[in-house]
Amino acid sequence: MKEELKELYRYRELLYMIAYRDIKVRYKQSIMGFMWAILMPVLIVLSGVVVRYAYAMASHAPLKTVDIANVAVKSLPWAFLVSSIRFACLSLINNKDLVTKIYFPKEIFPIAAVLASLFDFVVASGALIILLLVLRIGWSPYLAWTPALLLTMVLLAAGIGMIVSAASLYFRDVKFIVEVFLTFGIFFTPVFYDASMFGDKGKWLLLNPMSPILDGFGAAIARHQSPDLWWFAYSLVCTLLIFLGGYVFFKHLEPGFAESI
Amino acid sequence: MSDTAIRMEQVYKKFRKGETYNSLRDLLPALTGRMFQQQELSAGDKREFWAVQDLSFEVKQGEAFGIIGHNGAGKSTALKMLSRVMKPTKGRMVVKGRLSALIEVSAGFHQDLTGRENIFLNGTILGMTKREIQSKLDQIIAFSGIEEFIDTPVKRYSSGMYARLGFSVAAHVDPEVLIVDEVLSVGDYAFQQRCIERMREVLRGGAAVLFVSHNLKMVAEFCHRCLLLEKGQTVMIGTPQEVVSTYLQKPTNGHVADHGSGPVSISSVKIRNQDGECMQFRSGEKAWVDVELTARTHCNKLALTLYILDDKLMEIFDTSTDLLGHGNFDLDEGDAYRCTFEVSLNLADGTYHPSVLIYRRDIQMIYDRWEPAATIYVSSGGGVRGIANCFPQVIRQEIYQAVDATVVGGA
Repeated sequence: MKEELKELYRYRELLYMIAYRDIKVRYKQSIMGFMWAILMPVLIVLSGVVVRYAYAMASHAPLKTVDIANVAVKSLPWAFLVSSIRFACLSLINNKDLVTKIYFPKEIFPIAAVLASLFDFVVASGALIILLLVLRIGWSPYLAWTPALLLTMVLLAAGIGMIVSAASLYFRDVKFIVEVFLTFGIFFTPVFYDASMFGDKGKWLLLNPMSPILDGFGAAIARHQSPDLWWFAYSLVCTLLIFLGGYVFFKHLEPGFAESI
Repeated sequence: MSDTAIRMEQVYKKFRKGETYNSLRDLLPALTGRMFQQQELSAGDKREFWAVQDLSFEVKQGEAFGIIGHNGAGKSTALKMLSRVMKPTKGRMVVKGRLSALIEVSAGFHQDLTGRENIFLNGTILGMTKREIQSKLDQIIAFSGIEEFIDTPVKRYSSGMYARLGFSVAAHVDPEVLIVDEVLSVGDYAFQQRCIERMREVLRGGAAVLFVSHNLKMVAEFCHRCLLLEKGQTVMIGTPQEVVSTYLQKPTNGHVADHGSGPVSISSVKIRNQDGECMQFRSGEKAWVDVELTARTHCNKLALTLYILDDKLMEIFDTSTDLLGHGNFDLDEGDAYRCTFEVSLNLADGTYHPSVLIYRRDIQMIYDRWEPAATIYVSSGGGVRGIANCFPQVIRQEIYQAVDATVVGGA
């Protein structure tokens, strides 16, 4: 495995190149260009606000700006996860020519898909920062948690990306399964709501490794609290297991890619 | 040995024939079917076949090594294993140094990116660093000869431009082992010459070149040694001249065993001039091709095709009993059939391969094919080049004083 990681490092320029290509190609021949990167998160944020407004109406509690900020902050990482998994899933199949004809570490494709989605995430974050400034959310020392949360989020996306890309190369069913999970996942993940709203049962929702990360973002940025350390530790362990497991799984299947695609 | 660049030792590669299961919906019934029917399993084993068997060879630094063989002989599989895209089922192989494979050089291109962007993309895919590409960018663009269009998306390129840009990038990788698979078949003559020149340079620089092509002439000119593959097995390794001539003679025998199992099969093909069976023909001379068939079962709507390949195995001529107005014919079990084609060999000097195939016309099903059925040499005594001999003559030639146009205009 050490050898394989070394090789991946040797091919890092190719990784950047493929990610650059994915970003560039995604917005070629479109008039709005990179503005599209903001559109989807904006829609998610808006639907979150609508849902939050419905809660507020139902419970006769006023809708606070913190709630809006909280939903907005959690929507972006969710949009990132969805888009990176969706692109990673097809990354090998869409690069059939390169998979069958030229040798290089093929995990570059799913990882590049994640990096390309990360670019969209960064663009959208710019818009989010403006929103947070407008809402006068302010800041707290807990913001220091953000890098750790970001890193966990990227590793989780890369791990899942490697698994689904390799699996969908063998079985095209995987891409449908993934699509279903991505569509309905938002209902099972505390994006629009908080796990704490469910009281004790909320912990079942946090078992999804993405949930504590989202909750952490909401806490550190919008609510000025520390993320729940136990749950974050749980999420980190899950993420590392998924990432390493996904990498081993991918490398195990890789020799058969060219003949099975 | 220390100067060995590539070594293959008893390499085998197994493939599965028939469908592989690409969705769970196909896999589950197949698996359950297998569980209940033990026979299925052994039938599955029969579907496996060896694409490459017991392949061993060695290429030294500074040596050009050619691989030839018919389609499906295992050439591409061998190269894919060397370039590590596929893993051998059995055997050992060693490749020393930086390997660059020119297998479909434009594989890394993205339609929506410009030529320049694609140079960087493809260059990185082939193993160059960004800085390396930057320093060679001008050379690469000049080599491709498409400076004007370098900032146009490649989807607007012609297929020739596309391939030329691809090769230009690939040619500027400085490999220690270069694998070339049929990439030179694109591009015009001048471009091909430039590519060969570039490959010679790489060779002089001490790299090993592995060259796979259907262009026998190029293989013979370029390679030091050559390997002939036939159905995954090594037939011989030797000088290009020896190997190419074995290759050209081999199929006549080889194909009988291979294809003789259909409902109707070709039993003999003979080519003769007025004096009898021969191989040497004069350009423009009449030749007769006798074909004999035997039918194993009742066959309907048959037609017999005669076609000729040139030395690059390009088809240059094609006719059939059907095209010649003889319709199609039926054969009963055990019937024999004989047909003689008369052709005028209006061909330029060179080596040609008359080939025949028998097929069922309505469903376009080929039952048997001998390709090539024979090898003939045509000589014209000079005066023409190319493929066809149009029997040219100069019937008028004179030197005369041109009228000065300006004087005429001024008058």
